[in-house]
Amino acid sequence: MSTGNMNLTLQVWRQKNSKSAGKLVDYKLSEISPDMSFLEMFDVLNEQLITKGEEPVVFDHDCREGICGMCSMFINGQPHGPKDLVTTCQLHMRSFKDGDTIVVEPWRAKAFPVIKDLAVDRSAFDRIIASGGFVSVNTGNAQDANALPIPKLQADAAFEAAACIGCGACVATCKNASAMLFVSAKVSQLALLPQGQPERYRRVQSMVAQMDEEGFGNCTNTGACEAECPKGISLENIARMNRDYFTAKFASEEEV
Amino acid sequence: MSSLSKAFTSSIGRKYVMGLTGLFLITFLILHVSINALIFANDGGETFNIAANFMSHNIVVRILEIGLFAGIILHIIQAVMLTAQNNAARPEKYAYNKPQANSKWYSRSMGLLGTLILMFLVLHLYHFWWPTKVAVFSHEEHNTFHGIVAIFQELWVVVVYILGVISLGYHLLHGFQSSFQTMGWNHRKWTPVVRTIGIWFSIIVPIIFALMPISVYLGWIS
Ligand code: HEM
Ligand code: SF4
Ligand code: FES
Repeated sequence: MSTGNMNLTLQVWRQKNSKSAGKLVDYKLSEISPDMSFLEMFDVLNEQLITKGEEPVVFDHDCREGICGMCSMFINGQPHGPKDLVTTCQLHMRSFKDGDTIVVEPWRAKAFPVIKDLAVDRSAFDRIIASGGFVSVNTGNAQDANALPIPKLQADAAFEAAACIGCGACVATCKNASAMLFVSAKVSQLALLPQGQPERYRRVQSMVAQMDEEGFGNCTNTGACEAECPKGISLENIARMNRDYFTAKFASEEEV
Repeated sequence: MSSLSKAFTSSIGRKYVMGLTGLFLITFLILHVSINALIFANDGGETFNIAANFMSHNIVVRILEIGLFAGIILHIIQAVMLTAQNNAARPEKYAYNKPQANSKWYSRSMGLLGTLILMFLVLHLYHFWWPTKVAVFSHEEHNTFHGIVAIFQELWVVVVYILGVISLGYHLLHGFQSSFQTMGWNHRKWTPVVRTIGIWFSIIVPIIFALMPISVYLGWIS
C-alpha cells in the first residue's frame, strides 16, 4: 500500500490502560509517501502491526479534515506537530525528511488521563461545557437575519472564538496544563453576543469553577497555547474571561 | 465558600493577586530607582541623603513599607501555591518536549527568576534596610550614602547585584505585560503600547540599578 520513498523511525508511546505505566517503542517504516497525512502514515504502521499479529496503536481521529478536534498527537515536542494552524490529520509527511526519527506521545495532563496508547480522555472539556457553556432559551424558529444588530467587530470576535474545536492542544502544550484558552473561547463566543447576555456572569463563574475542579493548571500567560492552537484562538479571549470573572465575582449579586 | 472568597482562591482569583501585587511592586520599583538615582548627582551624597532620611523617617512612607512587605509576601505565597498546582496538573512529563517553539524561556521561568530575586533581596535587605532600621531605632545619624560607597568596594558584591537586577529584568520582561493580561486589560489599541512600555521598563530600570554598584566600584561616584 505504501507508495513513497521516505524511511522513518517512529518512537510511539504505548500504554495498556490508564493504570499501567507506558513507554516509547521504536518502529521502522519504509516507502512512506510525502503526500500522506500523518494519520495515514499511522494507518500504514497499524496495518503492518496487524499483519505481524501485534496490537495496533490506538489513536483518536474522526473527521480527518481538521474540524472535529479528535486527532490528539504530541509530535516531536509539539501538539499536532511542527506546522502552525493545523491538526494532526492535516499534517502531511512532506513536513518531515527522509530518515527522520519522530516521537509521538499522547496529550499529557492530569485532567486528560490516557485511555490507551495515544488516546486520552477529554471528557473534562465536556463537563466544563455542561457546567454553563450554553444558552438556555427556547429557540423556536430561526429568526430573521439581522433582526438583532451586532457590531461587525463583535460578531467577528465571537466567530473567531467559536472556531475552537476542543482539541486540547492548548492544554497539551501549556507548561501548566492550563485549559484557559479553551474555556475562554467557550465563554467568549457567548459573552460577545446578545443571546449570551442573560447568563453571562453566571456562566463564567460556573465554567471556571468546573475547570479548577477538573485539575487543570493555572495560566501564566506564556502564550504557548495561542502559538499551538490549530484554530488560532487568541489570548484576547483569556483577558476577556478574566475581566468577566472579575465583574461576576465583585459586581454581580448572583451567588454562583 | 462564598462567591466573594472564591474570588481570591480560584485559579483566576489567585492570578489577580499575583498581577495586583506584581503591579504594586512595579510602582515601588519606580520610586526606588528614582530616589537612588540621586546618587548620580555625585555631590558626596548630599541630595541622596536628604531623600533617604525623609524616606526612613516619614510616617506615611513607614506605613507604605509595611504594605510593601505584605505585597512581596503575598506575591511569594501565591507564586508557591500556583506553582505547586501547576506541577500537579501534569504528573507525567513529556519524553520529548519543544517549548522553545512556542514561548520564551523567561516566560516559562518566572518561578526560578523570582527565587533568584528573593535570594538577592535577602542580601540586599541585610546591606541597606537593616542598618537603616537599627539607626532609626537607636536614634543615630545614619549616612546611607556612605553605606553604599562602603558596600560596593568588593567585586563579588557588585557581581551579585548585577545578576540580581538581570533576574529582575527578565522577570519584568514577562511580568509587566502579563499582569495587564491577567487583570483582563487587553485591548487592540492599548496592548501594543503596554508591551512596548514593558520592554523598555524591563531594560532601563535594571540598567540604572546596575550602574549604581558599577559606578561606585569604579570610583566614578565617591
Ligand atoms: C521586586 C520584585 C518583584 C516584582 C516587581 C515582580 C513582578 C511580577 C509581575 C508583574 C508578575 C506578573 C503577574 C501576572 O502575570 O499577573 C509576576 C509574576 C510572578 N512572580 Fe514576581 N515579582 C517580584 C518578585 C518575585 C519573587 C521574589 C518571586 C518568587 C519567590 C516571584 C515569583 C513570581 C511568579 C512565580 C510569577 C508567576 C508568573 C505568572 O503568573 O506569569 N516574583 N511578578
Ligand atoms: S483553544 Fe485551540 S488548542 Fe485549545 S481546544 Fe480550542 S482549538 Fe484546541
Ligand atoms: S481527525 Fe478531526 S480534526 Fe483531525
